[in-house]
Amino acid sequence: MSIKIIDKVPGTGVPVRGNDIDTDRIIPSRFLKCVTFEGLGDHAFEDDIIALSQHGKVHSFRHPAYQGAKILVSNSNFGCGSSREHAPQALMRWGIGAIIAESYSEIFFGNCVSLGIPCFKVDHATAEKILAWIEANPKGQMECLVSGRKLQMGDESFSLEIAEGPRAQFLDGSWNARSGLLLNLAKVKDVAKNLPYMNGFGA
Amino acid sequence: MAKNLYSKVFESHSVAMLSSGQTQLFIGLHLCHEVTSPQAFAMLREQGLPVAFPERTFVTVDHIIPTTLEERARPLRDSISEEMFAHLERNAKDFGLKFFGPQTGEQGVVHVVGPENGLTQPGMTIACGDSHTATHGAFGSLAFGIGTSQVADVLATQTLAMAPLKVRRIEFTGALKKGVTPKDVSLAYIAKLGVNGGVGFAYEFSGPVIEAMDMEGRMTVCNMAIEGGARCGYINPDETTFAYLKGRPYSPQGAAWDRAVASWRLVASDPGCSFDDVVVIDGSLIEPMVTWGITPAQAIGITQTMPLVDSFSGSERTVVEEAYEYMDFQPGQSIIGVAINVVYIGSCTNGRLSDLRAAAKVAQGRKVATGIRAIVVPGSQKVKVLAESEGLDKVFLDAGFEWREAGCSMCLAMNPDKLKGREIAASTSNRNFKGRQGSPTGRTLLMSPEMAAAAAVHGKVVDVRDFL
Repeated sequence: MSIKIIDKVPGTGVPVRGNDIDTDRIIPSRFLKCVTFEGLGDHAFEDDIIALSQHGKVHSFRHPAYQGAKILVSNSNFGCGSSREHAPQALMRWGIGAIIAESYSEIFFGNCVSLGIPCFKVDHATAEKILAWIEANPKGQMECLVSGRKLQMGDESFSLEIAEGPRAQFLDGSWNARSGLLLNLAKVKDVAKNLPYMNGFGA
Repeated sequence: MAKNLYSKVFESHSVAMLSSGQTQLFIGLHLCHEVTSPQAFAMLREQGLPVAFPERTFVTVDHIIPTTLEERARPLRDSISEEMFAHLERNAKDFGLKFFGPQTGEQGVVHVVGPENGLTQPGMTIACGDSHTATHGAFGSLAFGIGTSQVADVLATQTLAMAPLKVRRIEFTGALKKGVTPKDVSLAYIAKLGVNGGVGFAYEFSGPVIEAMDMEGRMTVCNMAIEGGARCGYINPDETTFAYLKGRPYSPQGAAWDRAVASWRLVASDPGCSFDDVVVIDGSLIEPMVTWGITPAQAIGITQTMPLVDSFSGSERTVVEEAYEYMDFQPGQSIIGVAINVVYIGSCTNGRLSDLRAAAKVAQGRKVATGIRAIVVPGSQKVKVLAESEGLDKVFLDAGFEWREAGCSMCLAMNPDKLKGREIAASTSNRNFKGRQGSPTGRTLLMSPEMAAAAAVHGKVVDVRDFL
């Protein structure tokens, strides 16, 4: 496997306002009927898109102004619920390369690390400021920086929070954990041998 | 030094420190189902990797499988479901994994199958591509829901890259009142701590309420940990745990049994160990709980009224407003009397024998109200056989419930069992998210099996304590 370092994510933003946006909303379960992740991007937020259109509104993922966006911005507990990797896969295949929100569900966050999508945290006031800016400047260029923990947005810059572990993973390419895990297979077998349930409870 | 269970199990399974600062953690048991695994097996095939410990992965089919015998005939009528089923069978065969398929009589919801076979044991680490893997923590194991890339990691290496969590002890004091169940305990702690209160934590559930609970009840409590944001929840193993495990197909037998119990006793949190946080909840104050909104934390006691929007501020208020709009309920409205259309009894939360017994007790000698569609879906084929041996199927059928085959069914409606339009379900499952039960505009009220059975009989939400 080749090593890919993830540091700068430049692009325009897409606002997805709200708390507790769960993975059933990001990708409804009927689209989990698949044996590959291909094509999931077309169905991201599908039921929210339909529900809004019935009220004469357009979801940001369908809005012409936000097509081609790379940076998704939301509020708290983004990605809660199911462990389905289909959710970040759908976002990634729609075009998302980084997420900024007030907080995340843990499994969703981990899935994003596995896919090389940095998830940054900001406080509520900052999230609101970024959301408002994107809504006012849908074609405005932004750039997230993993190394500098920073968002450049027009003339403004904001600090972004990202835990040291995942930050290091993006910067050294080990966000794709498998190759690192495979290196230690001999040690894995040693640890296994010493676990009671692996050795007949000390037979 | 006194240690909690989480630290002991995490340490004994640590393989190496990774360059990222994460720990490479050995996974003792890996469970697999058809929805989150096909892409993982494809990743292995692409990289030419074998499964590192094939004897530690167990496979079943639960999410997409229909729950009527007619619809279960192969090939399944839905071609994509058939393709997923066929992929699972082929992957299990090609990689040498034990498959609890429908033909074995051992098929069921993955979180029912593991425990009932004695695969889930104290002191283990467990992973599955399913967020409700937390269920297995009821045995004093650390059980994590993972995504598909991590499923591939476990298949290829039997390990995961993980950072340690903090541990919050949630102590339930007192004793539960009559008609109050483990499901109500679960909805109560989530309502108190919030849907994201557990982010960054493992939950240790303890106290007299938990000690008095049987294993199936404990599984319900741990199952819902993820709905409170906690990636895993666990309960210290005790005599109840050991009694449940004795004699199960994959439990240690003979002399190994005694050695196992001795080893399991050492896994429990030591007296006087420390926690990152402690929360105390008085179990005697918990009522039967029902959700009124679109997150599992939007739950109230059956005698309470739905909260006023003005009692919330900021972003929390937005979610409350969104919930009222979606559910079409009024602030201040009583939850008692809310009319329902569908009743679903089952799932990894409440699809075990004790759940079916509790629901049957309420249904016994009564009839499902006119116009209500009520289905009972056993959590596994084994649960179904046990329930039938007690005559529970007859109780349900006589009362006008449908008695189905095992699967996840209407918990997430990936099979033919779905809500239609704006229907409201009284459901024993775990999520009341928008559109969760198969209709993008469908509505879900989460509650216990007893409460769901009572709702079926009355066609509306009632206080089950009036009917016990």
